[in-house]
Amino acid sequence: MSNFSTRISTSLRWVGAILGAAILVGCERPPVETVQGGYRGTSMGQVYNQRVVNQDLAKNTAPASLPPASADGPKAKDIYQNVKVLGDLSVAEFARTMASITAWVAPDQGCGYCHDLANLADDSKYTKVVARRMIEMTKHVNTDWKKHVADTGVTCYTCHRGNPVPAEIWFAPKDRKHAANSVMGDLAGQNIASPTVALTSLPFDPFTPYLLGDAPIRVNGTEALKVTGAGANRASTKQAEHTYGLMVHMSDSLGVNCTYCHNTRSFQSWSEAPPQRVTAWHGIRMARDLNNAYMQPLTPTFPAERLGPKGDVAKVNCATCHQGAWKPLYGTAMAKDHPSLMATVATAANADTAAAAAATAAK
Amino acid sequence: MAEYQNLFTAVQATGPLGDGAPLPRGDWRRSGKPFLWHLIGRIGNAQIGPVYLGGLGVASLVFGTLAFNIIGFNMLASVDWSPLRLIQQLFWLALEPPAPQYGLSIPPLAQGGWWLIVGFLLTVSMMLWWVRTYRRARQLGLGTHIAWAFAAAIWLYLVCGFFRPILMGSWSEAVPFGIFPHLDWVSAISLRHGNLFYNPFHALSIVFLYGSVLLFAMHGATILAVGRYGGEREIEQIVDRGTASERAALFWRWTMGFNATMESIHRWAWWFAVLCPLTGGIGILLTGTVVDNWYLWSMKHGVVPSYPQVFPVSIDPALLGGK
Repeated sequence: MSNFSTRISTSLRWVGAILGAAILVGCERPPVETVQGGYRGTSMGQVYNQRVVNQDLAKNTAPASLPPASADGPKAKDIYQNVKVLGDLSVAEFARTMASITAWVAPDQGCGYCHDLANLADDSKYTKVVARRMIEMTKHVNTDWKKHVADTGVTCYTCHRGNPVPAEIWFAPKDRKHAANSVMGDLAGQNIASPTVALTSLPFDPFTPYLLGDAPIRVNGTEALKVTGAGANRASTKQAEHTYGLMVHMSDSLGVNCTYCHNTRSFQSWSEAPPQRVTAWHGIRMARDLNNAYMQPLTPTFPAERLGPKGDVAKVNCATCHQGAWKPLYGTAMAKDHPSLMATVATAANADTAAAAAATAAK
Repeated sequence: MAEYQNLFTAVQATGPLGDGAPLPRGDWRRSGKPFLWHLIGRIGNAQIGPVYLGGLGVASLVFGTLAFNIIGFNMLASVDWSPLRLIQQLFWLALEPPAPQYGLSIPPLAQGGWWLIVGFLLTVSMMLWWVRTYRRARQLGLGTHIAWAFAAAIWLYLVCGFFRPILMGSWSEAVPFGIFPHLDWVSAISLRHGNLFYNPFHALSIVFLYGSVLLFAMHGATILAVGRYGGEREIEQIVDRGTASERAALFWRWTMGFNATMESIHRWAWWFAVLCPLTGGIGILLTGTVVDNWYLWSMKHGVVPSYPQVFPVSIDPALLGGK
């Protein structure tokens, strides 16, 4: 009898140990550090695990900038042909910028990734056409989206990190194999472990409605009681799940908790929210703008193998720049070393004005 | 000598195996020949069976099995009929209610129709099982306390999946059948309605939930502690206290000045357990139908404290003309 009891308790202990281990492997190994954010007692802490932070740090270290080049001498547009966006740079600065871009975007492939090496001015490679538009996009971000990128700005490296195609991009998701002819198994756009929403079962494409379209993200009403008629808040619970999916993507992309931007006792309240929420609000609009104004129109430029399963172009979301850091590259201001990427897009009108100004000055 | 202070049942008293009280004509025969299972005897009664299945039980199982299978096959279909992925993704998969645009109409099978069918089958199955618990209790000459406690749980189920969706005018408001997805629903309904923690009925429900746990721990511990004096024979001690009962009562009077009795402690437990889904159900039923935003409601009625401002004031960019 006692032998039997011992056997039972030993096997129970084993079962316990195995179950415990099985549950724990899903967890993040401690120690975890909490940094208090809001007013005491409101639990607005940020949770950091040093090992995870170290991984993110390694991913988010900016390379050194090339030594500055002389701004004197002839301009690139006067020396080279077919220079459309960086033509106002001095030849030296132009060469420096080209070398930087190569190091940021195609370090292994070299100049030939975009250029026909026999004729650098040739536009036959799609990569060159895309790169030109991306330079314009970078300038647009640094000039018109200061509410999100401030004076830190972005460079090609912010997204590319040495990859010709940035690691974090998104496409419209592929349908499951039998979706079209099946009366069973509708996923309803959710309920499958998906990396876009940090492996939760939340709606796995929060990007198409919010970062391409402008579906309403807010689901909270401003009245305590239900109102009917024009002032009614008609947002559904399912809509809240979609918003939740977008927010989980943001949290995951920035490596922060909800409380980085919200006082979670009232997600909607701006007066109780940390100021980062305003920056994030502009970030959502920035991603939407870049996807619509820059990425979508490039769809026919890309070859089919660069397009998504539904033939759509690669698009940006928060992770594209942030890559696990609350500020991309932890706020390293790379762009200040590259004023050519900070300036306003040089339009024909701008060029004319500049020429007129130069003419006046010469007189 | 037998000791009862153990956390596991060390001694198994077994008598001759029997079917129990005879049943009147018209009732089903009990199925299964009873047998003893020592391991089960360590945590409960060692005798397994017989089971009284009955017409209600069979009908309930048929409806329940149908619902279970429809959910399962929909999950299997959603991973393109891959059994391996079904196992991998099991906790993530779900049978989702229809999209909001269908309102209370009957959607196509693939867009929530199955959900509606499963909801119906599961509800019928549970109702039949409820009648079965009521009828079996009556048949044994018991009170119907168990059936009514079960009814409290069914109330919460019906509020979440039936009453509230109807009042909201949309099946899409109902709960998906799935492990994580139903938890997503819980979070989403809270987020949509300005934080369910500020719903006083939610608070009451939590009081009764945690209260049940506390009472269960206090009661279980008390009875185990007086087991050495025969304290587990609670029913007899209701009328003839004996030293176990007296000592248990003294313990609580000494430590907190008040004690429940051998009888009343079970009413405490029953009411706490039953009030948990009852109050929770009221809270969910009011959410979105009467109160749209519980945080604002709590602000309005002074339930929520306001905290000193620690951040620079943020202004909603949408109010500043942002789009």
